[in-house]
Amino acid sequence: MERVRRSLIEPNSLPAWVQAGPFALVFLFFFIVPLVLIVAVSFWDFNEYELLPAFTPKNYLQIFEGCSKVDDLCTTVRTYLSTLKFCGLVWLVTLVLGFAVAYFLAFHIRSSNTQTLLFIVCTIPFWTSNVIRMISWVPLLGRNGLINKGLIGAGLVDKPIEWLLFSDFSVVLALVHLYTLFMIVPIFNSMMRIDRSLLEAARDAGASGWQTLWNVVVPLSRSGILIGSIFVITIVMGDFVTIGVMGGQQIASVGKMIQVQTSYLQFPIAAANAVILLALVLMIIWALTRLVDIRREL
Amino acid sequence: MTEPIRPAETAAPKSENRRTLIKCVTAAGVVTGFPYVHAQEKVVLRYLGTAVNQDKAIGDKFKADTGIEIQYIPVTTDDVTKRAVTAPNSFDLIDTEYFSLKKIIPTGNLMGIDTKRIKNADKITSLFTKGEVNGKKVGDQGTAPKKVMFLEGGKSKAFAKSPTQYMTLIPTTYNADTLGIRPDLIKRPIDSWKELLNPEFKGKASILNIPSIGIMDAAMVVEAMGIYKYPDKGNMTKKEIDLTIKTLIDAKKAGQFRSLWKDFNESVNLMASGEVVIQSMWSPAVTKVRSQGIACTYQPLKEGYRAWAAGFGLPSTLAGKKQDAAYEFINWFLDGWAGAYLNRQGYYSAVLETAQAKMEPYEWAYWMEGKPAEKDIKAPDGSVLEKAGKVRDGGSYNDRMGGIACWNAVMDENNYMVQKWNEFVAA
Repeated sequence: MERVRRSLIEPNSLPAWVQAGPFALVFLFFFIVPLVLIVAVSFWDFNEYELLPAFTPKNYLQIFEGCSKVDDLCTTVRTYLSTLKFCGLVWLVTLVLGFAVAYFLAFHIRSSNTQTLLFIVCTIPFWTSNVIRMISWVPLLGRNGLINKGLIGAGLVDKPIEWLLFSDFSVVLALVHLYTLFMIVPIFNSMMRIDRSLLEAARDAGASGWQTLWNVVVPLSRSGILIGSIFVITIVMGDFVTIGVMGGQQIASVGKMIQVQTSYLQFPIAAANAVILLALVLMIIWALTRLVDIRREL
Repeated sequence: MTEPIRPAETAAPKSENRRTLIKCVTAAGVVTGFPYVHAQEKVVLRYLGTAVNQDKAIGDKFKADTGIEIQYIPVTTDDVTKRAVTAPNSFDLIDTEYFSLKKIIPTGNLMGIDTKRIKNADKITSLFTKGEVNGKKVGDQGTAPKKVMFLEGGKSKAFAKSPTQYMTLIPTTYNADTLGIRPDLIKRPIDSWKELLNPEFKGKASILNIPSIGIMDAAMVVEAMGIYKYPDKGNMTKKEIDLTIKTLIDAKKAGQFRSLWKDFNESVNLMASGEVVIQSMWSPAVTKVRSQGIACTYQPLKEGYRAWAAGFGLPSTLAGKKQDAAYEFINWFLDGWAGAYLNRQGYYSAVLETAQAKMEPYEWAYWMEGKPAEKDIKAPDGSVLEKAGKVRDGGSYNDRMGGIACWNAVMDENNYMVQKWNEFVAA
């Protein structure tokens, strides 16, 4: 086993390079090159209809214009804070939910057929298109929607609850509904690889259910939790469609800002914004990988 | 174009099959009455525009009439401009709004359309060429079509001040937009743009989230509220943009807006579900709400309308057979059938007389003259839009188009405006 592993990472072996080559090239041309271009364009100048090659910091300066004031936050900082807030909330909820669902699937469902079936059930949110899915929240959560009609009918409230739709609540709800699956899958995967005898050993040693969960299952699911977190955080940071539709277009998101700028041909500013967003997301991921050494865990 | 039958091949016995095939093709061409070239090489025109204007029936009818196929490329208003600027070879015909010409023409990506090749060019309504309806000048704040209608030459990048032989766009559809309301939920008359920010409709109003159009609606509201009178709403100074956006932000913070909308279907949904009772709206959206059996009025307001206009442009690289086909399509479009089709949807067509010839007199009276409908008014698909006796919102063509206060616009301070609009969304 040791020898095999060493030969695979031998730096000078030709087969290894050939194997890695195609994917490396795809990455180079469709990821690295465009990314370098984005960084380059973020320093360009522009007018109404064309990009002017230059090296100017003015796009970055415009983004952070007026951001030195503490009492009255500028648009950029406010937008990032709002996006980060959703990121945090959604991460927390999907983590708890995803962990619970994965735990149920991994430890309480014995037959692998049932597991597969329940997994398919988890993918139901992805069966319809994004737009249809989000538009169908309106008849459920709206002022004249099912929930409000139900609450009024049951005499629990006397006028419709407004914050169910087009609010922070509805944004978090829609994001959780969509992205919990990205948490379930990696956590389930790492749970399935936990040696069951460890759980028996814990019980034999007198640990309670919670103690086993906290001291055995959670630490051994760390890599899954981390991968799931990276998925959820990166997706939510870049999401603007869900936030736009569920927030009634009244809640800003970084992605929306970039989209508005590209549609008005302000590519350099959009590029600068994208670079900042990328830097921020990379920092978050870097911090997360500090917490868990993902390569060793895998 | 037509491949000549080479004698060497026809003489050779081996090519017997090929010869019969060619004979058949030639015969087919003669029988159907189309020139041989159509059977041989099909011309396909790639038509870039917004989905609202790309009607399947129009493409089908054109193909039936001429054999030329139209391939629709539907994208959003902003993306039409973006593609015209960044990818001018990805279409053969563009359907775009006049206000985006300020961005497209300086790139040199569109050619001047030679009016000598457009049969009905001199019949295009005076609204476009002179800015007049029925001899009366209408509002020209913003990017009024007459300001960007003509080029100095076929390859010019500069707008001409007076009419020339070369047009930038040949108008397709245009309309005068106003607020849409739910009369059954508001239960009182609405007659001014200022009602959009009236606290009475707190949490039940909406404005569209397309900055260059939304800002114009906002400007109409600011003027109606008596806060400020703009010298030119369509070309605000930084200070005026600040003031307009501040008014919007104050309203937003007070909870005036239930939602903003960007997609046509979103506005339909907001109105039909009753989440919103007053909002910026487009004419076909009002029709769609009504066709669901829900009361919705496209309310004329005393301050006037915000107008828009779209038209066909040709990319400057277009040449040869494709160019001929594009001119043929434009000529066909102005010839009446398409105009009548659009008029029945509540839009207006560029050449009114040819469209009138293809409409029933009672239809013309309802849609254009503002008279009560003699019979049930039907949509092009046959569904009943309006019962007999009803009058069109806003009345006649002259009343509606004559009531234009401003046009959709691209301002000199456009970048600043977009930046401030983002601030409004983030507030």
